[in-house]
Amino acid sequence: MKAKLATLPMSYRLAVTSRVLAAVFGGYLVAALASVTLTMWLPLNRAEAVVTGMTVSFLVYLVAVLWCFACRTAWSAWVGLLVPSVILATISGAARGLGFA
Amino acid sequence: MKEGFRQAMAWLHTWVGLVFGWLLFAIFLTGTLAYFNDETTHWMQPEIPSRPLNAEASLTLAQNYLQQHAAGASRWLIDLPDARDPGLTVRWQQSPGKPGERGRFESKTLDAQTGSEVQGRESMGGEFFYRFHFQLQMPYPWGRWLATIAAMVMFVALITGIITHKKIFKDFFTFRPRKGQRSWLDGHNAVGVLVLPFHLMITYSSLVIFMSMVMPASILASYGSDVNKFYDEVFPASNTPERANIAQALAPMAPLLAKASEQWSGGHTARLSVNNPGDANATVVLSRAGDGVVHDFGRAVTFNGVSGQMLGSTPNQPMAMAVGGAFYGLHMGHFAGPVLRWLYFICGLAGTAMIGTGLVIWLGKRQLKHAKSGVMPFELRLVEVLNIASMAGLVTAIAVFFLANRLLPTGLAGRADWEVNAFFIAWGLSVVHALSRPGRKAWIEQLACGALLFTAVPVINALTTPWNLAATLTQGDWTLAGFDLTCFATGVFLAWAAWKMQRAASTVSVKNPRREKARAITLEQGAN
Repeated sequence: MKAKLATLPMSYRLAVTSRVLAAVFGGYLVAALASVTLTMWLPLNRAEAVVTGMTVSFLVYLVAVLWCFACRTAWSAWVGLLVPSVILATISGAARGLGFA
Repeated sequence: MKEGFRQAMAWLHTWVGLVFGWLLFAIFLTGTLAYFNDETTHWMQPEIPSRPLNAEASLTLAQNYLQQHAAGASRWLIDLPDARDPGLTVRWQQSPGKPGERGRFESKTLDAQTGSEVQGRESMGGEFFYRFHFQLQMPYPWGRWLATIAAMVMFVALITGIITHKKIFKDFFTFRPRKGQRSWLDGHNAVGVLVLPFHLMITYSSLVIFMSMVMPASILASYGSDVNKFYDEVFPASNTPERANIAQALAPMAPLLAKASEQWSGGHTARLSVNNPGDANATVVLSRAGDGVVHDFGRAVTFNGVSGQMLGSTPNQPMAMAVGGAFYGLHMGHFAGPVLRWLYFICGLAGTAMIGTGLVIWLGKRQLKHAKSGVMPFELRLVEVLNIASMAGLVTAIAVFFLANRLLPTGLAGRADWEVNAFFIAWGLSVVHALSRPGRKAWIEQLACGALLFTAVPVINALTTPWNLAATLTQGDWTLAGFDLTCFATGVFLAWAAWKMQRAASTVSVKNPRREKARAITLEQGAN
């Protein structure tokens, strides 16, 4: 694949770079937001909810990374991470607004 | 990446596996060795004798020693010997450390049966592999971050590997030996699938172990700036009363062991910590040995040191923490007896082999294309050198580390550091060697060198210490004997690997080049 890569167009290389960045940083953002959302909404005491949120977050990260390389285009990789990020941020913000945390 | 889902996953598997493969190989191999860290330390400090265990007697000896040598100290720590670590370690702190600092401790190791001081040769022992496994010899916290990032990559590589490998159970029963690339791939799949539960457990648990470092968002969201409050809630610590400044003798601590054991339904004490010994407000905190699968952080019972009255015990951990503790306990395997410990070791080796075979496959597949011209592009040569140094070189460096322990003079200043330096110098030399020799020759020479050094370990041990194999076998010290025998077996295995390489090299050169090419094409379709 590497030999092929040498002849691959620049656009392909940029797309791969974009997907890698989306997976590493976008994926982390989704995972971190998912852990916060879980912590806010789980009916557990504070410390337990935090631990549970952190434990589960790595599964979210995994799925996010897989998504970034499975989707059709590099743009959809970013969209597919930013939409859940906005939703998760809204839900956890709502929990805070409702006074859960 | 325009192809289907499985092709995309195969692509991801190939590339994350390559980029992090060398680091993961070192992490897996040193982690596997760390399952025997106490045993390795025992071999590297054989002066500390292994005695029949008697916790009460050892504790009495430790208390007598500390009363004689550290009566005015503010704090004592006593680590009791166990089946794996024979030393009775006592430490004391003259004056309490400033808040937030650990303070300086004096440390002595005692003979668990006689109570006299024993001086083991200065060495990091098995602790070196344990530390390297997650700190990678880097300053805090960078090594931990890098190791945890590598763990996340491993997690991605495992799951994408499972997705790629569609006929997971059918293929498991297909092993085609002596078929070159195909055999490597079959081997990679076999060790991957065979111990898949272990791989998943070990990888996910390593993420959980450092989760509050790498994924702190929810702590910050819930606790804000008061992060310490989170740790206080997760790891409840018992409060210790202030010094009363009234001199009162400490009661014998040995009976406390039985009382603590009652609290833990039979669990054992690993460590005792005595605050303000000799004061009316002395307290003794007994910490439990990690002998359960579910690791319980800071499980302790506190007693009044003068009256022996129980002051409190940490509560049972709630469910979420128990899950985290189970991951921790499973990863560390402190609870494992000898059989299970060997099983852990073998699973770890299988994981190491899975990573190693993966790296070999990556290169082998691409090398075939350049077999005819005989000229290798720079990137393939780079991968080849890194493969050799990270695998054969690391194994050789480990043998050098053990030999340095026996060969460096005991009086050498900074001896423990020099053992570690010897390890890294040997590893560095393996890079130089791999750069200067053709690939296959470098493999053969480094494997042969490793074989020679590992078989030399029991010999050098017999020549430089009285704990030779004959003596340890007749005394029944299976830790020391087992270490020598394992080193010897490793040497034999490496010699076999070098011999196989040598033979393969001589057959490849007479092979029909056309057949090679035809195979390369089928592989490209089959293995990608």
